[in-house]
Amino acid sequence: MTRALAFLPLTAWLVLGSPIAAAQKVDPAGSELVFVTKQMGVPVEGRFQRWAAQVALDPRSPESGQVGLKIQMDSVAFAAPEVTAEAHRPVWLDTAKYPQAEFQSTAIRAAGGGKYEMRGRLTLKGQTHDVTVPVSLAQNGVNGTATGSFTLKRSDFRIGEGEWTDASLVAYEVQVRFRLALSGLPTP
Amino acid sequence: MTGTELHYSRVAIAAHWLLALLIAANFSLGLYMHELPISPARLKLFNWHKWAGITILALSALRLGWRLGHAPPPDAPMPAWQRRAAHTVHRLLYVLFFAVPLAGWGYSSATGFPVVWFGVLPLPDWVPVDKALADALKATHRWLAMALGALVLVHVAAALKHQFIDRDGLVRRMRPRWR
Repeated sequence: MTRALAFLPLTAWLVLGSPIAAAQKVDPAGSELVFVTKQMGVPVEGRFQRWAAQVALDPRSPESGQVGLKIQMDSVAFAAPEVTAEAHRPVWLDTAKYPQAEFQSTAIRAAGGGKYEMRGRLTLKGQTHDVTVPVSLAQNGVNGTATGSFTLKRSDFRIGEGEWTDASLVAYEVQVRFRLALSGLPTP
Repeated sequence: MTGTELHYSRVAIAAHWLLALLIAANFSLGLYMHELPISPARLKLFNWHKWAGITILALSALRLGWRLGHAPPPDAPMPAWQRRAAHTVHRLLYVLFFAVPLAGWGYSSATGFPVVWFGVLPLPDWVPVDKALADALKATHRWLAMALGALVLVHVAAALKHQFIDRDGLVRRMRPRWR
């Protein structure tokens, strides 16, 4: 069964079998994936400009939902070009060796009031860790916006090695923020 | 303590030497650091340079406030063109005490690096993040700093002239006073 999945195209990448929510369309124009580092107390924001999200959410039964993200690491971008260039290097994201990061949700449960708790596995720079991501869904008819933010530790993913392991230079905690503009949500 | 005797007030004298030291040090730091490749050392030096710059800005504001409320001693005898030149240089110096760090602050913000004083007090970004603006403010900060450096040299040269050529004791007015 799992071997057969490898031959499925990316668009049919959702797990087949048990009843799952129908997929939504993600509008790249209204979506973003941003992270904030703290460099000696100074917040410095970066973003990823190329990524693909597969979203299947049903607010009526959140447990049936699935969210997946594939991020092209060489699309990392900071306002300062020299910081962008630095981020590609092996001590940081090592984009040549690890061209893609991936998130796959394992469980979504409702937390009330349009808020959900999404658990999943994040694979970044070759390391995989469980993450818990609070998500808010603001829905207007079939359209909606899913937003959320969570904190990861760059040290868990060996990001910032060698002389950069000093947390007083770049803090371990990195805040990740996302916004997904969705269409095709089920209406209650 | 006020400008009635022929010397500056103790506050003015302290501000002069403290800021002269800070400005000279920060100018040198800026010259040294600005072409370093990215490294932990560059990150630290850039941040210390910015924090020192904001400190200079804040102290200059206090110093200007004092100056406006406490007149300096009356002009010493000297040809009229020298008196005008001295006042012009001093006024330009005061303008640059503010313009140089303000340009630096703007340059930092426009590059996507908000200024957080000593890593604890976030200062507002009063310009947007914009590459073209960042390049313009970088050049502005650099040129204004060079102008400040040049004016400081003129100021020091003039002081030495009064001390060793004119021998008019003018420099005594700014000599550090402890009582």
